[in-house]
Amino acid sequence: MPALCLCYEVHEPYRLRHYTVFDLGQNSIYEDDDKNCDTLIYTARNCYLPMNDLLLKLFRRYGKDFKVCFSISGTALDQFEQYAPEVLESFQALGETGCVEFACETAPHSLSFLYSREEFTRQVESHAKRIKRLFGKKPVTYRNAELVYNNDMGIALGKLGYKAVMAEGADHVLGWRSPNYLYSPVGAPDVRLFLRNIPFSADLGRRFSDHNWDQWPLTADKFASWIHSVADADIINIFNDYHVFGLRNTRQSGIFAFMEALPGFVLANKDFRFTTPAEAVKKLPCVGEVDVPDFMSWDFEGRDLTAWLGNDMQKDAIHSLYAMTKRVHELGDQQITQDFERLQSSDHFHYMSTKWFTAFVPDRPNPFPGPYDAYITYMNVLSDLEMRVSAAEAEKQLDAGPKKQASGAKAKEAARKDAAAKARKGDAPEAGAKKAAQKAAPKKAASKAAAPKKAESSPSGKGGKKSAATGKGGKKN
Amino acid sequence: MRVLMFGWEFPPHISGGLGTACYGMTRALAGLGVEVIFVLPHVGKGGDIDFLRLVPASGTPITREMQERMAWAGQEIWRSNIRFLTVDSPLMPYMTPESYREALRQVSSESLPGGERLSTTGDVFTWKLKGGYGPDLMTEVYRYGRLGGAIALREDFDVIHAHDWMTYPAGMLAKALTGKPLVVHIHATEYDRSGENINELVGGIERAGLLAADMVVAVSQLTRNMVIQRYGVPPEKVKVVYNAVERHEVARHYEIPPRIRHEKRVLFLGRITFQKGPEYFMEAARLVLEKIPNARFYMAGSGDMLPRLVRRAGYLRIGSRFHFAGFLRGEQVDRMFALSDLYVMPSVSEPFGITPLEAMLYDVPVLLSRQSGVSEVLEHALKADFWDTRDMADKICAVLRYPCLARELVKNCREEMKSIRWGNAADRLLQIYRNVTGEN
Repeated sequence: MPALCLCYEVHEPYRLRHYTVFDLGQNSIYEDDDKNCDTLIYTARNCYLPMNDLLLKLFRRYGKDFKVCFSISGTALDQFEQYAPEVLESFQALGETGCVEFACETAPHSLSFLYSREEFTRQVESHAKRIKRLFGKKPVTYRNAELVYNNDMGIALGKLGYKAVMAEGADHVLGWRSPNYLYSPVGAPDVRLFLRNIPFSADLGRRFSDHNWDQWPLTADKFASWIHSVADADIINIFNDYHVFGLRNTRQSGIFAFMEALPGFVLANKDFRFTTPAEAVKKLPCVGEVDVPDFMSWDFEGRDLTAWLGNDMQKDAIHSLYAMTKRVHELGDQQITQDFERLQSSDHFHYMSTKWFTAFVPDRPNPFPGPYDAYITYMNVLSDLEMRVSAAEAEKQLDAGPKKQASGAKAKEAARKDAAAKARKGDAPEAGAKKAAQKAAPKKAASKAAAPKKAESSPSGKGGKKSAATGKGGKKN
Repeated sequence: MRVLMFGWEFPPHISGGLGTACYGMTRALAGLGVEVIFVLPHVGKGGDIDFLRLVPASGTPITREMQERMAWAGQEIWRSNIRFLTVDSPLMPYMTPESYREALRQVSSESLPGGERLSTTGDVFTWKLKGGYGPDLMTEVYRYGRLGGAIALREDFDVIHAHDWMTYPAGMLAKALTGKPLVVHIHATEYDRSGENINELVGGIERAGLLAADMVVAVSQLTRNMVIQRYGVPPEKVKVVYNAVERHEVARHYEIPPRIRHEKRVLFLGRITFQKGPEYFMEAARLVLEKIPNARFYMAGSGDMLPRLVRRAGYLRIGSRFHFAGFLRGEQVDRMFALSDLYVMPSVSEPFGITPLEAMLYDVPVLLSRQSGVSEVLEHALKADFWDTRDMADKICAVLRYPCLARELVKNCREEMKSIRWGNAADRLLQIYRNVTGEN
């Protein structure tokens, strides 16, 4: 009984404004507010709102037979809250139907896993909390930005308590095997790997509006018949950018009508159904391990990282960025941390790509005239951020030095110390718990799934330690 | 295919990009088996060229019979299209009121080189031409036209190809005399050279030539649009053939002097005239020096704006960081390029602009004004609007501060240069020749 797993990436980056060397050190307004707002409202009007409406209609029509999974980035959520709260509400309304699963990712849609594990963990955890707060459920599925994945990431996510991880069904990894089954990563037998079915995904993502395609126009019954012809399968994973609805394929292309009709045609064959990753993990068997030593992504050309980290500008930018990780977090300045996170969006690096055949994606255009302009602006912004970090560090040191001076400074200092202590308390034990849990996991075979998950989900540091301890004890939920 | 080509410059006797372009183009054409008869006003000594036949217009005998034929054929051209006045005028392109006055003094002090009658029979006569852009350019252009017509009657060819307005009268006359198709090549329009206040005589000749041609070749999309808008040439008649650069191995490796090795150098190289936008370069330099005080700026070239810019550098108090290198030739140019960390071309209006391509031969990254033709072919160059000096300064700072950027630009440009070859231009030209002769 093959299942169809639809998953959509919802992401909006914060685009940078034309930040020149003359702004450097003068002001720290990095984002192009107008452009971000305009783009989001345009996208909401053409994609999010109409498609969410349609999905709501479909959920009412088919009940629990039709299901969808979303992974919404933190920057997208920020922009919804900032510019178009009704979009967030419509996602929440979808969540309430119970037909939707919300997957986790790194909050700023980043490639942090490659450069800073601490930063990665921090982003995943904070985003998971936010998803739980907004949509009521702690995510158990993980989908990294751009579908970047390798073995280490599978293991790390297993330790963070994730049950399902999405990745690209790249031929060079699968070889003769089919992406239409569940696998597990090497070294993390409890995690299930969901591999994207590239042809079916590309039918909707890349070819749907292509009038030169010999199968154009693609109708719902034709597509359903293709899916029905896949006899030998457990699960067919169709992962796309949510922009395929209304932006990449415009309303005139008939994509909305296509989606409205699709569930009916698919479900007409009683052997087929829709599922979400969380549900599939429980019901479907794991058929084997998939070894992914090198990073892969859903970049359509090489299935690798070259679109984001292909040239020296991209590498220089990302290395300079992550070189600041430790300093930014020791500082704990909210504004600096936020700017630092938003600069991690993978889009910034994509704009610097000089790959000859980098696909031009009309719904995610480069806001800069070219890769060099993107790099110049990004580096200017980064230089300014670093100046701010240095300045803040100097101020902190100055405050910490002459303790017994003016009373005002004292009070200020006391407040800061208090806050810092709190932050430290919150952080350190949690890290300790994590370590304990990580150590515990491989030892205790019976509890290895439960222990790390509990450790991460615990709200406060101390509680975390305790629950980790109980987890070690072998209590299984 | 035989081409009668009218040009005004050819290496080694050049003063700008026109001669360089003609050289590269004809050489590549020769490679495709095209026979080129290249007519110059004057062929000096030196420069052994084996791939084409250089014919001096100067001293070509014009017989009585030729004169009559020209009179008939030329009536239309000379009388109605061009209000051509044979006065002793010192008018020439790239002139300002000051330099005009200077030239006028010269004209009045020395007598114009007159027509020299080869009085063998009394019926045959000729003129001696000097070439170049002297104060009596208009007379020279007129005489070159007549002599060119005489050459056209003498030679056997399939197509006439004329480069820039100086040779358009010759091209038009040759077309009228022989009925062969005329291709005119426009390397720069009068509007590029002079802005809005054009020299009407030059503009008139340019217009007549463009309208009389069977096909117009523009060096860039920018020039093509200019020709269509300013002169009303039918768009389907105007084709774009981009210039290229002759690949020569950089002869020497130049050491950067140790005392300036720790600094970064930015170069402007070109005529210091309105068209090239040197004052925008200086303004950008001022802004950059606020941020990077140990950067150095070089301005190489000469022109009417030079004194004004020297004064301005002093006024801005950046003279110790902004250097005027004067007009450079030959090896000095190579050395200058090799020293530079960035080449800037802030042209206000640049039909094509070959120098950035030359800079790239030395692995120097380039920053181009968007108002240049060459920016259409160079994907991997930094670009800015010439008036946006802040943007320009921002990009200069970026190149100086982030070494990675320069490396990436150079790497990608090197790749890109492989496809910017005169061979490609010659292919397109041959296609155009075949079109106008109806060969395909």
